[in-house]
Amino acid sequence: MARLFSALGRVARFYYDGFRTMSWWGNRVWIIILVKLFIMFLILKLFFFPDFLKTNFSSDRERGDYVLEQLTGNS
Amino acid sequence: MIENFDLSLVNWSRAQFALTAMYHWLFVPLTLGLSFILAFMETIYVRTGDEIWKRITKFWMTLFGINFAIGVATGIILEFEFGTNWSNYSWFVGDIFGAPLAIEGILAFFLESTFIAVMFFGWNKVSRKFHLASTWLVAIGANLSALWILIANAWMENPVGMAFNPDTARNEMNSFREVVFNPVAIDKFTHTVTSGFVLASVFVVGISAWFLIRRREQMLAIKSILTAGIFGLVSSLLVAFTGDTSARTLAKVQPVKFAAMEALYEGRTDAGLTVIGALDDSGERIGEKKVHDVRLKIEIPKLLSIMTTGKGSGYVPGIKDLVNGNPERGILSVQEMMNRGTYARQVLTDYKMAKEIGDTESMTSLAAMFEDRDFVDNYFRYFGYSYFEHPWQVIPSVPVTFYSFRIMVGLGFFFILLFALALWFYRRQSLERNKWFLWLALLSIPLAYLASELGWVVTEMGRQPWIIQNLMPVNVAVSNISTGTVQTTFWLFAVLFTALLIAEVSIMVRQIKTGPKQKEE
Repeated sequence: MARLFSALGRVARFYYDGFRTMSWWGNRVWIIILVKLFIMFLILKLFFFPDFLKTNFSSDRERGDYVLEQLTGNS
Repeated sequence: MIENFDLSLVNWSRAQFALTAMYHWLFVPLTLGLSFILAFMETIYVRTGDEIWKRITKFWMTLFGINFAIGVATGIILEFEFGTNWSNYSWFVGDIFGAPLAIEGILAFFLESTFIAVMFFGWNKVSRKFHLASTWLVAIGANLSALWILIANAWMENPVGMAFNPDTARNEMNSFREVVFNPVAIDKFTHTVTSGFVLASVFVVGISAWFLIRRREQMLAIKSILTAGIFGLVSSLLVAFTGDTSARTLAKVQPVKFAAMEALYEGRTDAGLTVIGALDDSGERIGEKKVHDVRLKIEIPKLLSIMTTGKGSGYVPGIKDLVNGNPERGILSVQEMMNRGTYARQVLTDYKMAKEIGDTESMTSLAAMFEDRDFVDNYFRYFGYSYFEHPWQVIPSVPVTFYSFRIMVGLGFFFILLFALALWFYRRQSLERNKWFLWLALLSIPLAYLASELGWVVTEMGRQPWIIQNLMPVNVAVSNISTGTVQTTFWLFAVLFTALLIAEVSIMVRQIKTGPKQKEE
């Protein structure tokens, strides 16, 4: 167990040192990544891209029936 | 009901998907190819111990990192669009599309993202060999990501290894092996990744040429041109080879796209391949579609027949054969396919009605039809044709497909010449003296992106009107949402992606101008 914690500690230290000593471009691209992920998941996905079938139907059976109706075009 | 869907909704949904896919593809091929170039450079460093190669590797790794970081997750937006704009499609494909994408996410992406940290943070902290192994694993991981996505994309062009379940209205995978070893997937993967290698090689040769023009970092530039020149030349020859094998598969599974790429309306034996040509409206029409004559044509005799059938006298069907049918050649007319598709759809409708009234006996017998080989191969196979009103609706835009294909292939051969010249001038130690070549190499960078994007234009525009070949046209795939919502998100994406592109280019240009560190620690 002690060896496991030691290994995990070394991995954490590796990442910590890596981020701490990051270059100018590294800092810039991390800012861009975080802003991008924020826009994508907390704005676009939440407000503009709901899953159509999951939002409008509560079960897979209802979703299947809806698509079946769409495919057969006889509603 | 599908027939009432607004055409502008379909077109805006298509435009949005095209916009996001094309922006996403600006980042991907450089990652695919540059990762391997880095692996080669670092391998030379580890084998020789020469510090100049470490410096070279770290410089290109910086540009790789910028491109990777800006591009990462841009593909997820496409998955958002599947759920919102293309819900009928997403449901219909079932687990077939989901399984390869899940494998991509779990295996390849984690492999890539784990070892990328070692690549950037691990210099002087892990052993040289472990660092090198990490660089190779990032390259392999990035390309494995592409493999699974391309398998999913290939299934849309040649749906195999599945059975349709009328009860759930979904296709269910019954042969993972058939899905993975789909001939379209193999051709698509080899052609796409090697084209990414070419793009990255042009990028490295072009940026190195800029250093030589500016008389800076000559050693870095010349060694980079050597590495990328060899990799690029081998890759561009492989692109030509895999393009040839792709054409053969395409002629079998998407013959209308293949005929549109050649603007071949009349089928013929001894068919030549048009190298250069200009399309002109002949005045003739197939339904509402124009028939084009190919003017100013330079043709290689019999090559099209050889490419498709393996012999010069082989018959290559034209668009008219494929639309009107050609019983002599065993080609069904689209009208016949529409009739068969309509029958398959009627069976599905009957199943739905039986389900609604709880007629289990009819449900059982109708569901059994979807497991019957004869019904699947001769009727359900043409299910998507039931949505057409006219046979000519299966014809894609011939000018877009024809010109995109020719520009892509022309640029592909130009890159072979570019790499050959780079290696020739390297061998003669005259790279710096041939300024015209250096400028040509630098200006070729946008051409590599153009060729890469046009490859997807040929693939995706050429297979219209299908989202899933023969099973589902695009207008059936869209969700019943408002066009205004799609328009809004289209412009949001346009702004977001343009901002990302500007950010990437500006950070990258700054790093290129800064150049590599003068001394490596």
